[in-house]
Amino acid sequence: MPNKNEIKGTPAFIQGNEAVVEAALAAGCSFFGGYPITPSSEIAEGCAEKLPLVGGVYIQLEDEIASMASIIGASLAGAKSMTATSGPGFSLMQENLGFAYIAEVPCVIINVMRGGPSTGLPTKLSQSDVMQARFGTHGDYTPIVIAPSNVQEVYDLTIHAFNCSEMFNTPVVVLLDELLGHMREKIIIPDEQDIYIQNRRYPSVPPEFYKPHDITPDLVSEFVAYGEGYRHNITGLTHDEQGFPTSKPAEVQKMLKKLRRKIHAHRKEIIQYDEDFMDDALYAVISYGSSARAAMSAVRMARARGIRVGLLKLKTLWPFPGKRVHQIASEVKGIVVAEMNMGQMIREVDRYAMGQCKVKGALRYDGLVIEPDEIYEKIVELRTKK
Amino acid sequence: MKLETISPVHDYLRIHKKFPTVWCSGCGIGSVMHAIIRAIHELEINKNSVALVSGIGCSSRMPIYLDFNTLHTTHGRALPFATGIKMVRPDMKVIVVSGDGDALAIGGNHFIHACRRNIDISLILINNYIYGMTGGQVSPTTPLESYAHTAPYGNIDPSFDAVKLATAAGATYVARGTNYHIVQTSKLIKKSLEHKGFSMVEVISQCPVLYGRLNNMKLPTTMLEWQRDHGVNIKAWDKLPEEKRAGKFPIGEFLDDTSRPEYTDSYYKMSKEVREEAANGEE
Ligand SMILES: Cc1ncc(C[n+]2csc(CCOP(=O)(O)OP(=O)(O)O)c2C)c(N)n1
Ligand code: SF4
Repeated sequence: MPNKNEIKGTPAFIQGNEAVVEAALAAGCSFFGGYPITPSSEIAEGCAEKLPLVGGVYIQLEDEIASMASIIGASLAGAKSMTATSGPGFSLMQENLGFAYIAEVPCVIINVMRGGPSTGLPTKLSQSDVMQARFGTHGDYTPIVIAPSNVQEVYDLTIHAFNCSEMFNTPVVVLLDELLGHMREKIIIPDEQDIYIQNRRYPSVPPEFYKPHDITPDLVSEFVAYGEGYRHNITGLTHDEQGFPTSKPAEVQKMLKKLRRKIHAHRKEIIQYDEDFMDDALYAVISYGSSARAAMSAVRMARARGIRVGLLKLKTLWPFPGKRVHQIASEVKGIVVAEMNMGQMIREVDRYAMGQCKVKGALRYDGLVIEPDEIYEKIVELRTKK
Repeated sequence: MKLETISPVHDYLRIHKKFPTVWCSGCGIGSVMHAIIRAIHELEINKNSVALVSGIGCSSRMPIYLDFNTLHTTHGRALPFATGIKMVRPDMKVIVVSGDGDALAIGGNHFIHACRRNIDISLILINNYIYGMTGGQVSPTTPLESYAHTAPYGNIDPSFDAVKLATAAGATYVARGTNYHIVQTSKLIKKSLEHKGFSMVEVISQCPVLYGRLNNMKLPTTMLEWQRDHGVNIKAWDKLPEEKRAGKFPIGEFLDDTSRPEYTDSYYKMSKEVREEAANGEE
């Protein structure tokens, strides 16, 4: 990632939701299927306006189950595809999201989070879908989940989401929240030639040798769209490398291992995080999304008062950068996890800290934005309390 | 072994990969598959341009066996998956096979909305009056008083008429056939594939192992005879007095409307116009 100051391009003053649309188009997205829901609707509206202008497809489906199904169908037909939703819709998408994992279909799902459960808080702030994005659909799978914290990152990481989905034949979930979706910020839209675009790998073999789920040396299969003469089968049943249903124990295990390993083997290409003031830190704050903005202010406040604290800002949540967190836990006296839910990411941090240091949550879950003060207080508590 | 040479039908089967099928002997789904293949063969549609999509159920296993671009999806959701394919590749022939539970219960919402859009997809709805795959539970087409494993005292749930539902929801080609009248059924499927717009062909099919056994029709032949005796050609049906209609159902073609715009046509026409306007700076 180039440094922000080095990015050349066109400045724009836009909302997070608008940045999603711009980035999707830049990444080559040509299909949007969705169902309106606050606070994500501007993404659908932007796609409805812009996709027809570039020869792409916008379609409003009858519900989110159909939305998720349509983007999978579109992707299998050769389009880069996307949907956008919020909690209730994300819940409805889970079954077909699982289909995309097992059938290895690239697509991007934007979830502009709201408070839950159920209809919850449609217009307020929350980061409570972190675990749903990790474990929401049934079965074992290894998702890629991305969480920007400002509008520039919304743009850059939406492109990263498309690239990861195309590279690894997998759905990628981007978690925004109400603040990011609706807030306007100045961003730089990079020039076209400066944007890295990944496309799916076209088969290097003729149809009779093609296996849609081939276990290649780097675990990523070649992907061909329907209608190109390959006539392959895609199923949501546990399948062999050719895409035909199987329940043979050895093949079942092989398929499940591949789904996990193709992500794990490439986690360095997927995982992104930023560190600030970590070099001499005695304490660390770990945060992501909108909370990371308050966390940065809290860290600055603490530094101004002479407390040696640093920030680890996660830009991708899953796969989790466990190694780095484990290492940080070995170097600091305590970690504060700042998030807007009742404590979701803190479980994962705790799991990797392995008792090497204290782990405390700065948690807010009343629909309002977490304040720097609340996080600062937790840092102070870490220092003073045993 | 060169099985391919035996019949033109074999050219469309994944003979060396996936046979035998999961279907019970005497099941009607195989003859519907045969009827679909015949229709495609007679229309000389290139296999590469056919996408066959299904949900979950005995009938939805069909794509596994056929040498097309095949997609076996989730229960009830085949139509929106197919919609995604058709929107991106309007040039492809998109066919959906579905069971009565798949299309009318869990997939009922997708069914009516696909009809409403009049998107050029052919839905072949294999109605065996029961949930086959899960072992014989009641479905939205199980007739009143019939037995199912979840209707041990006789079914009290009123049933859907897929033909009326499709017609009311906006499909533009609607037909019904049976496995007994399989030659006619194949012709109806052929017409549905030629039709531009959303088409639905319901095929009354026998499930001797579950529906038959639970309802005193253990033998496939008994079930076929039942279809023969209860499926009345639409012309004869129209003349049939009300009291003689009870328990019977009309078969044939109910609707063939080419007047309504097809959805992908409307979409790409709109897209072309706005691009031209933008290019001419008329906005
Ligand atoms: C979400 C979901 N619910 C339930 C099921 C279990 N299930 C599998 S097939 C089926 C019904 C099959 O009946 P039908 O659609 O009529 O097809 P048939 O097997 O009779 O051909 C059900 C309920 C499922 N696979 N997914
Ligand atoms: S259970 Fe019924 S529908 Fe399913 S394969 Fe057997 S006979 Fe056919």
